[in-house]
This record gives sequence, structure tokens and C-alpha cells, in this order.
Amino acid sequence: MDIFVRLLINVMEEGLIYGIMAMGVLITYSVLHFPDLSVDGTFPLGACVTAALITAGVHPVLALCISFVCGGAAGSVTGFLHVRLKISDLLSGILVMTALWSVNLAVLGGRAVAPFFNQPTVFNSGLPMLLPEALRPRRVLIILAVITLIVKLLLDLYYKTQSGLLLRATGDNAQYVVSQGVSPGRMKVTGLMLGNGLTALSGSVLAQQAQSASVSSGTGIVVMGLASVIIGTSLLRGLRFVRPTTMALTGCVLYKACLVAAMQMGLPTNYLKMLMAALFIAALVTGNVLDGRRGARAKLDRT
Amino acid sequence: MQSLIVPNPVGGEMMVRIEHIHKTFNPGSVNERPVFADFGLTICKGEFVSVIGSNGSGKTTLLNLLCGTVPQDAGTVEVAGRNVDRQRDHQRAAFIGRVFQDPAKGTCANLTILENMALADNKGRAYGLRPGVNGRRMNAYRAALEPLGLGLENQLHLTVGSLSGGQRQALALLLCTMTPIDLLILDEHTAALDPRSSETVMELTDRVVREKKLTTLMVTHNLRYAMSYGDRLVMMHQGRAVLDVTGSGRDAYAVEDLVRMFGEISIEMGN
Repeated sequence: MDIFVRLLINVMEEGLIYGIMAMGVLITYSVLHFPDLSVDGTFPLGACVTAALITAGVHPVLALCISFVCGGAAGSVTGFLHVRLKISDLLSGILVMTALWSVNLAVLGGRAVAPFFNQPTVFNSGLPMLLPEALRPRRVLIILAVITLIVKLLLDLYYKTQSGLLLRATGDNAQYVVSQGVSPGRMKVTGLMLGNGLTALSGSVLAQQAQSASVSSGTGIVVMGLASVIIGTSLLRGLRFVRPTTMALTGCVLYKACLVAAMQMGLPTNYLKMLMAALFIAALVTGNVLDGRRGARAKLDRT
Repeated sequence: MQSLIVPNPVGGEMMVRIEHIHKTFNPGSVNERPVFADFGLTICKGEFVSVIGSNGSGKTTLLNLLCGTVPQDAGTVEVAGRNVDRQRDHQRAAFIGRVFQDPAKGTCANLTILENMALADNKGRAYGLRPGVNGRRMNAYRAALEPLGLGLENQLHLTVGSLSGGQRQALALLLCTMTPIDLLILDEHTAALDPRSSETVMELTDRVVREKKLTTLMVTHNLRYAMSYGDRLVMMHQGRAVLDVTGSGRDAYAVEDLVRMFGEISIEMGN
């Protein structure tokens, strides 16, 4: 039982950390229909920037904010390559992801891994220390829930602003954005900045939780993000009043749960990536099947 | 075929001036297709021009040149006295409204009627972090929807994707005329609708254009609409205006005459 609870907490923690990234992928993939591969580079960018900043004595909350800004800057490069230089969406992402590998190494001063144990992070300094004694052991989970919830609520609010509405319109009908006198390219760049900013923020949170940053922590982020979004949206799409951000978060927790369950059942770690791909395929296919069924039912209703 | 061009009676100030336009698609390739060679057209302020013409006559290219979707090879385009040659399509959209043939293009399917209207209402201003929907404008939106007679004013929170083609097109027309514009472009905007919705949208168009005194350029395949709506009729063929009649000049023609002329054009085209 104890093990079960510990696993559950583990799944929740990881789901919340990577959930921030899933909400970023939600913007680029679901809203803009842009398969953005640069997140594989912006996630470790957030982690590496955080390691460098915290080692240099910067406040951990400020490190979160700066990571977000750095991720946004990387996203704007992807946007620039795609919108201005007319490079295809997939290639723009791959190019930025590749270049970021070197950037991340440079940020860490040439090291591939940078631990910063015993330094202040959002989990062991500041407000969290005011938590009642009884909640202390669960403080990581509580803090993560607070951070992710704040990000989620802010994003929900953003979707309702003028800029947010226009962003949603961009993925839906670019011509409509043109008709409102705004260049759809500009909105695409905005969306990519926001998506990559959130991904870097997610990387920063992970680094602070692990008290270490690694340039290779980004491998497989795209797959995880897309799978989370697709799992979440296919399972919860039928429910009204469930916001897309909730779907992405739920999808991410479920995805992590599947991985942890498989490991517990004795799957060797070497097969983890294979399992990730398999889960992704399963999510895609289920989504298509559910779509097909809903489409067929809608057709029946109409006749 | 004899071409009949009645010079445009000089009435009021110019709203659109298109001069010496040259346009060839895919120049230098086997698919080279010249559309315009020294084409010109002027539209007066407040004029409602209907354009008809065979396929490939340059109607759609004309609209695209005006909206900035396609650049011209040579020549100038002026709208309301300003030269727009260097402006991109979204910049021109600030003063040119366009309703497309495809009802899906003029509205946003995933957003609600209210959100669509709020976006269109803000055209020309910055799209920032203020709330997208301004609650104080709700009554204005309802009042704008009511004359459509489609009952949309009671369904503000419905996503536009669930509306019919006719409803969407009526809404699209309303959206692009919400803010003041210099020129309204109707790109075969009733062609994709069933006959009844088509009538409704056309009548609505006429009403909106009259009420707001909009300068309008309408491309249509419906000869009856071209005859009965608007106050000037232009027939295009191979990049030229082979017929350009206004007011009383137009009344001399019956729909049958147009059909006959159209037939001659089509025979010349070899189809």
C-alpha cells in the first residue's frame, strides 16, 4: 500500500511538471496545428538556464521567469524560420532543436550535466517553508500543484483575451486573421513563443525539483507532449465545460501513469522509448476511432 | 463580337483606381497564362459594381489584385486616394472588406458567434491582453444580428461551425462591415449556397450596401443578380471589360441579351 501511494505521488509530480510542457504543446499543436519539434531543445534550455542562474545565486522564482523568457526567445526563432524564411514547420523545429543542443552545452559551461545540490529552489526556500509541519513531506507535490494551477489558470485567461481569441482563430482560419488586419504569421510567432516558453518553464521546474540539469533531458519531449495532448483530448473531448488545458494536464498524468505502471510490471528501462512510441500510436489511433464514431453518429443524427 | 463600353459618367470622387495593370501567371514556363495587359478600372465612391465574365476572364485575379493576395507585374492600384501597391493583404484588410465564396473563410468555426463579432469589432486596433469580449457591446451585437432575421441574436454563444452555410455567409457579411470600410468585395459570395439562402444573402447584401452607402465590387455567376442588383454592370472577357454600362445604359439590356453575349464569349473560348 505504501509503495502504491509513493508511486501515485511520483506519477502526480511528474504529470504536473511535464503537464506545463503539455499545455505548451497544446498551443502549438492543437491551437495552431503546428508540429513543433523545437520543444525537444527548449525543455533542457529551461533546465540549463535555471542551473546556471541558481548556481550564480539568482532567486529561484526569478529563474523560472527567465527560463520562460528564454524559451519564448527560442520559439520566436522557430517562428522566424518558418514565417519569414518560409522553411517548413517540421524543419524549422528540427533546426532550432539541433542548434539548442550547443546553446544548452554552452549555458552549462561545456558540461552535459550540472547538479546544484544545497542551493535554494522553489521547493526548499521562500514561501513553502511556511507550510505547516504536517504537510512538509508532501511539499513538492503541493508546490507543483500550485505552480501548474497558476500556469493553467493564466493560460485559460489568455485564451479569452483579444490576443488569445485571435491565436485560436489563426489555427482555425488564417484568412479570418488577415481579414481583421493582422498577419497570421505574427500570431504564429506569438503562439510558438508562448508554447516554447511554457516548455522551458516546465524544464526549469524539473531542474529545481531534481536539483540538477542535463542537456539530454529533452529527448522524447515532443512525443510526450503530443501524446499527452492527444490522450487528453481524445478521452475528454465529449465532455463540455472541460477546458483544453485540463485535458492536456489529465493526458500528461495518464501518460506518466502508463509508463510507471509498465515499469512496475517489470519492463526493462531499455524498452521505455519503445513504450512511449507505442503509447503515442495507441493514443492517435484511439483518437481517430473515437472521431470516426462521433462523425458517424453525427451523420445519423442529421439524416 | 462588338464590344460596348459606355464611358463611366463622372460622378463624385473616385474610390478605386486601377491603372495599366499587367499580370501574367507562371511567366516563362509552359503554363504561362497572361491575364491582364494594360487593364484599367475606376469605381466611384458609393458605386455598386457587378462583374460577370467567363472562366479565366480575370474576375478573380482582379479581386486578388485589389486585396493584395496576388501582386501585379506592373501598374498601380489606388483605394480611397492611397496607393496600396506596397501594402500586404492584411494591411489592406483594414479598409477593404471581403466576403468569400466559401462560407467557411469569412468566419471562424471554433469560436462562438459572440467571439467572432468581438474580433471583427476590434479590427484596426491592437489585439492585446484585454478581455476578448466586451460585455458592454453585447446589446450592440444583438441589435446588429437581429435584422438578419435568422434568430442568431439569441444564440450568441453557439460556435459558428454549427451554423448553416447561409447563416455563416450572412454573418460573414455582417462581420466585414462592422467597422467602417472603403470598399466591400463580394467574391461570388452566393455561389456555394442553396437557392433560397442565396436569395436571402443577396437581399441582405443589397440592404447593407444601401444602408452603409458602401462602395462595392461584386463578382457573380448569376446574371440575374448582376442585372437586378448594383448600379453598374461590367462584363469581362480575356482580361478586358467588354461591357461596362451604368444606370439607364444597363436597362437597355435584358438577361437574355447577357446570356447571348455570354454565349458568344464562350464560343470564342472554344467551349
